[in-house]
Amino acid sequence: MLTVNGINVYYGAIHAIKDVSFHVGDGEIVTLIGANGAGKTTILHTISGLLRTKTGEIKFLDNPINKVEPHEILKMGIAHVPEGRRIFSQMTVLENLQMGAYTRNNKEETNNMIEMVFEKFPRLKERVNQLAGTMSGGEQQMLAIGRALMSKPKLLLMDEPSMGLAPILVQEIFNIIQEINAAGTTILLVEQNANMALSIANRAYVLETGKVVLEGNAKELLGDENVRKAYLG
Amino acid sequence: MTFLQQLINGIHVGSIYALIALGYTMVYGIIKLINFAHGDIIMMGAYITFVSLIMFNVPIWMAVIIAILICLISGILIERIAYKPLRNAPRISARITAIGVSLFIENLFFKIFGGNPRPFPVLIDPTPISLGSLQISMVTIVTIVVSILLMIALDLFVKKTKTGKAMRAVSEDHGAAQLMGINVNTTISITFAIGSMLAAVGGILYSTAYPQIDPFMGMMPGLKAFVAAVLGGIGIIPGAMLGGFIMGIAESFTKGYISSQLADAVVFGILILVLSLKPSGIFGKNVKEKV
Repeated sequence: MLTVNGINVYYGAIHAIKDVSFHVGDGEIVTLIGANGAGKTTILHTISGLLRTKTGEIKFLDNPINKVEPHEILKMGIAHVPEGRRIFSQMTVLENLQMGAYTRNNKEETNNMIEMVFEKFPRLKERVNQLAGTMSGGEQQMLAIGRALMSKPKLLLMDEPSMGLAPILVQEIFNIIQEINAAGTTILLVEQNANMALSIANRAYVLETGKVVLEGNAKELLGDENVRKAYLG
Repeated sequence: MTFLQQLINGIHVGSIYALIALGYTMVYGIIKLINFAHGDIIMMGAYITFVSLIMFNVPIWMAVIIAILICLISGILIERIAYKPLRNAPRISARITAIGVSLFIENLFFKIFGGNPRPFPVLIDPTPISLGSLQISMVTIVTIVVSILLMIALDLFVKKTKTGKAMRAVSEDHGAAQLMGINVNTTISITFAIGSMLAAVGGILYSTAYPQIDPFMGMMPGLKAFVAAVLGGIGIIPGAMLGGFIMGIAESFTKGYISSQLADAVVFGILILVLSLKPSGIFGKNVKEKV
């Protein structure tokens, strides 16, 4: 579904992503793990088009997307739950969800999707007219996920969905990720919580200072002594 | 002059400041730029109306529409040509460019029309209507009604329409808005178009109240509207509206009860007060974000 082929990404003079290649197959959960600053978020931003590759290619459903504008990439079927949630805090829960469906012009379909998101996250329904910025971290994360689902993505990029959440909420969020995947959405998950990420993923890539240093079956990596030492504590 | 009379005069000029202030505040909200060329759109609106009426003899309604359309297009072009290439540059670069654009427009009109003030044609019968001791001219009534209708329309647009919501989303977070599939460039263009349209109307109404136009006429109302936007809280739409009315009323009361010559001093004194007491403005909040 998604093929990343030898990409190099720079922040000004800083060579942030060095010749990274990986792929995500239809229906998979693939996770990118690694320490802070390894380049995980940069890779997701590059896939979404917020950052540009210097060299290399990104293909989605066989179309190169590394020169496509971000709003076009969303229309092609890639949604992104960004790090730190980045919900629109001055807008209501409902308006945030409507923004998620911005590229759709069918009002009825949008309303159906909103109902579907409310079924998945009943707490959002209770807060439908509340300003998003006044909600708790967990609720904001649910809103960020719900908002991304509004575009009915084929591929969902998730950046640190567990960040700053209480352990019980982390479990809930990971259950939801599995549900979303089971309903047919492919997922590329970036996490610092490598344990959790590996436990739900099919495959994983380990990043270190902008390079892929290890890849493999998630369950195997979870059992790998070196990985355990380096990333799982 | 009675208190009520001064109040009405204040609301009259204040509603014009409010219309102009909306453009400053919306543009600031979306790209964090004080668009110093905004005041010159006021002047353009007045001049284009003048030229259409005097040189091309079109009907008043058509002159107004032509002025609004040309200002709207100019607003979009200014952003595309002068500001867009600097979107990721340090903010000071864009600010200096904005001053440059302002000087360019003023001198372009100076070159074309000369520096002599010209009388602005009468668009609305200025004969006052007497209501007891009150004297209200049709100009005042039209100005206030048009301004308030436009403000209500803008408020509904920003709150209810998809494009209006997209504008708010882009104002909060360009990146996240892009991830929603919102075309940020288009949204910024729309913001400049709306702001310039309001400034054009403001310019025409201003010239109806003070019927003399010159290429530098936009500076004063532009600056006062900018102060109004800061007073209300820059980037906040209701703030610009309230700020505009406060400025107009303060100016009118100073003229009526203290001295006409002090009016500008009082108005800019307000800016100094706001900046030292509550720099974020009346509706401004201390920016805080949940992490």
